[in-house]
Amino acid sequence: MKLQDIRDILGAEVITGGNLLSREVSMGCGADLMSDVLAYGKSGSVLLTGLTNQQVVRTAEMAEIVAICFVRGKRPDEKTVSMASSQGLPLMGTTLPMFESCGRLYKNGLRGVSEYGE
Amino acid sequence: MVQDKPITKVQELVYEMKVKQVMAENLITVRPETPMSQLREIFRQKRISGMPVVEGDYLVGIVSLEDFIKWLYDREEESLIESKMTRQVECLYDDEPLVHAISKFERTGYGRFTVIDRRSGKLVGVITKGDIIAGLLEKLEIEYHEEEIHRYRASHIFEDIVADRTRLVFEYDVLGQDFEGAGECSSRLKRTLGRLGLDPATVRRVAIASYEAEMNLVVFTKGGRIVARVEPGCITMEVKDSGPGIADVKKALQPGYSTAPQWVRDLGFGAGMGLNNIQKCADEMQITSTLGKGTHLKISILTGDDSGAKGNSRAARSHRSHGQEES
Repeated sequence: MKLQDIRDILGAEVITGGNLLSREVSMGCGADLMSDVLAYGKSGSVLLTGLTNQQVVRTAEMAEIVAICFVRGKRPDEKTVSMASSQGLPLMGTTLPMFESCGRLYKNGLRGVSEYGE
Repeated sequence: MVQDKPITKVQELVYEMKVKQVMAENLITVRPETPMSQLREIFRQKRISGMPVVEGDYLVGIVSLEDFIKWLYDREEESLIESKMTRQVECLYDDEPLVHAISKFERTGYGRFTVIDRRSGKLVGVITKGDIIAGLLEKLEIEYHEEEIHRYRASHIFEDIVADRTRLVFEYDVLGQDFEGAGECSSRLKRTLGRLGLDPATVRRVAIASYEAEMNLVVFTKGGRIVARVEPGCITMEVKDSGPGIADVKKALQPGYSTAPQWVRDLGFGAGMGLNNIQKCADEMQITSTLGKGTHLKISILTGDDSGAKGNSRAARSHRSHGQEES
C-alpha cells in the first residue's frame, strides 16, 4: 500500500512530505506509547498516533517508521513539522479516531506488524 | 501551525541560492549603434534568441529574435538596434534569491532576465530558466556527492586503518530535563553508525536502545553521557549519569514498572518499558546503580558475521541479560 492510498482511505490531510506519497508502506502500527513503537514497530511501518510532540518524530526516526498519521484531528506544532520535514518524514492528519483509522486500513489490506515476516 | 505545502530540498535551495550563483556571466552583448542586419549572424553563431544592449557597463535595452523578425517582416531599411530594442527591461538583482527569479519568470512569461549589480547598477549577467535548473542540479549533485564521500570515507575506515585492534569511540553529552532536545544524541549516533556502513538492522537496535537510555537520562537525571564503542563484530554502549540512581534495579527491570511522573507519560514515555526495550535490543546488558551516586548501563550488540545474532537469538539474549545491584 502506498502513502497516497492511506491518505485517501483515511481522508487525511497531508501536513508535510506531499512529494513522498508514492512511498510504499508494508504495515501499520497504532500506538500512543512511544516505547511500544520502539519495541514492536518494524522498519517500513506507518505509525498512527494521537501524540503530536517532537518525540513522536524522534521515535519514528529510530524505529524507521516511513510516515506518521495523527488521528482524532490532532495536529503537531511547527517545530515537530519542521523536524519531520528535514528528515524527509511525511506527516498527515485524519479526523477519524484511532480504532477506526486502524480498522479502515486493515480492511483495505494493510497488515499488522505481527503478521509481517522479517 | 499546519503547513499546506511540503518543503523539499529544491524549495530550500531556491530560497538559499542567489541569482548570481546560477546566472551566465560570459555575456554576449551588442551596442546600441550596431545595425540590425548584423543580428542575424550573431543569433545564428551564438545560438541565442536575445541579448542585452549595453553602453559601457550599463544596460540600455534588450534586443530579441522577435525584434529582429519584426524588423525583417516590416521590410524596413537598415536601422540601428537602438531604434528597435526594448528599452523597458525587466531586471533582477544579482543578490536576489532564486525564488524571486522563478516567480518573475512565471509572472511575465519571459525567457530571460538581465541581472544587475544592486550597488553599481552595472550589468553583470543574464539568467534563463535553464540556468536555474542547471544551477539547482549542480548544487544537488555537490551535496549528494558530499554525503557519498562521508559515507565512503567512513565505511572504509576499518579497512584503511592498520592496527591489530581498531575501536571507534563516539561520546554524546545528554542534558537532563531538556525535553526539546531529547533524542538528539541518539539521532546523531544513528547517523554516524549509518555512515560507517554498518548493517541497518544493527544500527536500528543501537539507535532504539540509545534513545530509550537517552530518554531516561533526560527524564530522571541532571544529565549524563552516552559512549558508543564500535569495533569489528561488536558495538558496546555505556550510559552513565551521576544520580539520583535507581532504588530497586530488579523492580525497574520489570515490564510496566515505572516511577515516571505524569508529564513524561503524556509525552508517550514513562510506561516502564524503557529498560525492557533496551534489553530487547541488546545481546548483553548490565545495569548497576547506587542511590545518590548514579546509574551505569552497559550493553553490547553483536554485529556482522561474528554475531550470528539476527532474529532467532532473542531468547539467548534475554538469558544473558542480567541486573546487578551494588548495594
